[in-house]
This record gives sequence, C-alpha cells and structure tokens, in this order.
Amino acid sequence: MRKFAFAALVAVVLAGCQTQPSQPTAPIDERSGAGSTSSGTPGASTSGTGGGGVSGSNVPGGGAGGASGNPLRDPNNILSRRSVLFDFDSFVVKDEYRPMIEAHARYLAQNRGARATIQGHTDERGSREYNIALGQRRADAIKRMMTLVGAQDSQIETVSFGKEKPRNPGHDEAAWAQNRRGDIVHAGE
Amino acid sequence: MQTFRRYLLASLAFAFLSVAPARAQLTIEIVGGAGTTIPVSIVPFEGELAYPLGVTGIAGADLARSGLFKLVDYSGIAPRPSRAEDVRAADWRARGADAVAVGTMRPLSDGRVEVRFALVDTVKQTVLANQIYTVTPAQFRATAHKIADVIYEKLTGDPGVFSTRIAYVTKQGSRYSLQVADADGYEPQTIVSSNEPLLSPRWSPDGTRIAYVSFEQKKPVVYVQSLTTGTRQSVANFRGSNSAPAWSPDGRRLAVTLTRDGGSQLYLMNADGSDVRRITQSNAIDTEAYFMPDGGSLLFTSDRGGSPQIYRLNVANGAVERLTFEGSYNVTPRPLPDGRGMIFVRREGGRFQVASMDFDSRQVQVLTQGPLDESPSVAPNGKLVIYANEQGGRGVLAAVSTDGSVRQRLVSPATDVREPAWGPLPRS
Repeated sequence: MRKFAFAALVAVVLAGCQTQPSQPTAPIDERSGAGSTSSGTPGASTSGTGGGGVSGSNVPGGGAGGASGNPLRDPNNILSRRSVLFDFDSFVVKDEYRPMIEAHARYLAQNRGARATIQGHTDERGSREYNIALGQRRADAIKRMMTLVGAQDSQIETVSFGKEKPRNPGHDEAAWAQNRRGDIVHAGE
Repeated sequence: MQTFRRYLLASLAFAFLSVAPARAQLTIEIVGGAGTTIPVSIVPFEGELAYPLGVTGIAGADLARSGLFKLVDYSGIAPRPSRAEDVRAADWRARGADAVAVGTMRPLSDGRVEVRFALVDTVKQTVLANQIYTVTPAQFRATAHKIADVIYEKLTGDPGVFSTRIAYVTKQGSRYSLQVADADGYEPQTIVSSNEPLLSPRWSPDGTRIAYVSFEQKKPVVYVQSLTTGTRQSVANFRGSNSAPAWSPDGRRLAVTLTRDGGSQLYLMNADGSDVRRITQSNAIDTEAYFMPDGGSLLFTSDRGGSPQIYRLNVANGAVERLTFEGSYNVTPRPLPDGRGMIFVRREGGRFQVASMDFDSRQVQVLTQGPLDESPSVAPNGKLVIYANEQGGRGVLAAVSTDGSVRQRLVSPATDVREPAWGPLPRS
C-alpha cells in the first residue's frame, strides 16, 4: 500500500511532454523542547509557559518555590497571577488588572536583567491570521502599561498565539471569555 | 431498469476503488450538484482488468465528484469500444451520453504499460482527444487523474485540477501535522509535524516549496520548506510575531506580516528571508497579504478604517485602495486566478461565511452558510474553493464551486483538519 505513497510523486511520462521527476518528501518530525501536553487542565497551554507548575492561569502555580524566595512563584504574591482577560473585539486593559500588571512592571524595573514575554490570545471565532494580529494588540496593550511604570521596552517581547492555544476548548461564550487573554511569562519559566 | 444500471455502475466504480491498495485519508463527497451536468460515459479500457487499480474508475470518480458530470452507464453496448473508430455515436446518443471515453492498456516488454485513450464527441461525431501514455504501474493513479483532466478540459473549456495536490493541517490531541495529499484525498504525506500549532501553509507557484507558520519556538515563525528535499529554513523570526506568508507569482519573494516595528504590518522579503522591507505604514493591523496573479498588487486585510476590511496595495507605488464596504468584518482575501475577483470571508449576523466579489461590479455573492467557515483556498482553475469549518466540535474541510452550485464535504476519519491550501497546476 505504501509504495503508492511514493508513486503519487513520480511523474507521469506523457508522450510528447516533459517528465517531471520529483523525490519523495522527507518529513520533518519536530518535538518542542519544553513540556508538551499539560495534564489535568483541559486547554491549558504549556507552550511558552514552559517548565513545571506555571500554567498561566490565575490559580497560583504549584511547583517548587512556594514562599521560600521567588516572588513569581509565591501563591500569596500578586506576581503569581499572570492573565489579563479581554472583552470581545477589544484590546482595552480593564482597571481590575492594573495592580497585577504594575506589579510585574515593577519587578522588571527592579531586576534590569529580567525578561518577560507577553502572549496574546483570542477566542476561536474568525480568521486565524487576523486573530494573530488581534492577540498581538492585546499583548502590546499590556506591555505599554508596563513600560509606563518603569519596565524597559527591551525587557519585554510581545507575541501572539491568535486562537491557536485556547485555555478553554469549549465553544460557548463562557469558554470564549477565558480565551481572550494576555499571559505574562517570565524568562526561565 | 435505468436505475438498476446506474446502481450497478456506481457499485462497480466503488468496487474498483475498494480493491485499490491505496487508501484515502480524506474522502470527498458531493453534497450538492450543479443544476445541469454533462453526460459522459467512461468505458473500461481494454486490458484494464489485468491491473487492480481501476484507472477508469478513478477517472470517473474524479469527474463525478466535480459535480459537473453525470456518468452514463456503458454496459450493454457490444462489442465494447476501445478505440475512437469503434465508437458508434448513435448508440451512445441514444443512452444520453454526449461524449464517450475509450481506451486500451497494453503491457510493454520493459514492464511499463502503454495506455491509449480517446474521447469522442457523440453529438458532433468528432474525436476530442487522442492520447498515448507510457507509464509504470506506479503511475496509474496519476494517469487516471490526467485522463480526467483531459476529459474535463475538453468538455468544459477549463483546465482540470484532478492532478493537483492539497495541503492541510491536522490536529490530533496536541499533535499538529502539515500534510500534502492528492486533490482526491489519496496518498497523504506528512511534511512536518509538531507539538505546537502549524498554520498558513502556502504553496510556492511552482509547487516545489511550502511556506508555513509554526509555533515550535513558542512564537509564530515563518518557515519555507522544500517538498523535494524536505529541508527547510526559517525565513522570518524577528522580534514579536511573524506570520501570513504569501508568495509573489514569480516565486522569488514573500510578503509577510511582522510585528517587529510595533504593530502588525506588511513586509516584503526574498524567499530566503533576505532583504526585508516594510510595505505598509499604518498604525492599524495590516495582515493576510495575498499577491494578485500579475504580481503588481496584493490584497490584504486591514482595520485602518475602524473595522477589518480588504484592501489592495500597489506594490510599486504603495497606493492603497479599499475593496470591501459592506458589513463590519471582511477578511482573508484570495484572488481568483484570472485576477477579476476574489474569494474572502465575511462575518454577517455573527456567522462567518465564504463569499466572492467581482472586481468590476463589486458585487458580493455569499457561497457558504457558516457559521464558522474560514481559510478559503481557490483551485488553480478558479472553479472550486476549499475551506475549513467546524462540525460537531472539530474542524472539517469542505469545498464549494465559485458559482456556488456544487458543494463537497471532505471527510477525515479521526482528526481535526484545518488550513487547506490548494496547490498549483502541475507543470508539464
């Protein structure tokens, strides 16, 4: 059966026409470095949040650290909160997230060597590529707020996952509301 | 009795497909057909039964699936014609066939097979095509598609797309795979697979390379991969997001969307990623570039007017013209190969649908129902559009003719399928 897989790529030799030889394609198998599927939380994105424990949700991450030193991991510290949710078709950062965002900005301002990535996301509706641009707008809005409070532009990269990494795989408004978000990820996580 | 004969014909065609060793991962079904179809009969070639693949069955299935043809039963005409001169036109006209395809398959001493095929117009009583192919058995499937292309072109005036390939992305669990299959869904091959999302596959105009967006580096990066060697190169990995690759018609450049200078803007670069220059200057989102066939302009999506709409950019002088004015969401422009219109996606009343626009009249025709239709890709003969939608919570592919009359459903047994891209006509 599989010999026909290569046959499909071999040119038909036609009388009076040119042959087009082509070789079988060599598939590239890529496995991303940091953790792949998450366990437990459906739809939780582990790509980009890397490492163990931090899932990018508002639930304080597990894993080592606790209260013993790293404020980014301390469940009692606002810095362990990472997500900003957005209204439909909007990239306006709501006031309720200001304290969290400013805390992350101050962390970067106080740690000039620290780096962070802000990942923008959208809900599942509409064009994939246009949603990458919308997610980017959300990430940029969060970054703008952070640079106003002292974080350096060079410390923050903004990227977008568009609709590719929903936190909630559902297809209703409740799921969509959770997916319209920006996630703050600190380097090394 | 006619119904029985048709049923017999269909079962025989199905039987030919069933015994073929290859298996389709995507099966394509006609859901709605054109109002008027061209009746054609495809008589099994003399000598065909010696080979299990069923060449005429595949060709017949191609034509039937296009929705433009009705296969007319060939049984009961004796002796069965295998050459143009054996066709008694009156017999075939009597059973309603406007054209008859006949042929022979003869083994040669070197292991190859000579396939002769003729297409006869029973009304005008002329020979429309007379071809000889010398092929190996491994090339039978491709030969069947070639024969279907010839019949399609002779009877409709348009090139057939049965010898083309389609690319698409599958998602199974957290595993993404960019695959390329024949246009009938057979012989899928994995081009690249990843634990991170893949999207926006784009064929180079000569069909030898595919550009795509991959998130394997935890951000969107544009790659160009050779389909002949399998090697690939990351061509756009700037700060921020890199996406929406679009080939220039000469295959030498790519338009891409980069956020490296702040917002999502359009840039042009060589196909190897060198010589990057920015071609839009707005404070808005500019993305989803797609070159017009003449290469002098490209279509793109922008919200510079307050909502996402489709614009055309003159590459030489930077002039921008807005094309869509109805509704508040018009995105994903895909030019028709003749350059006279485009396919795109619009949102109307919360439903995302595929539509077409004629550039002269600016008239919009809605082609699909939605509610979550996306990622249209136009066949290189401009007659069909393949696109993605969601059914039962998973992604499926569908196709619609550009006049809206023919609808197809592409069924994949297990996976979530999205992001179809129709490959170019083969060069021969």
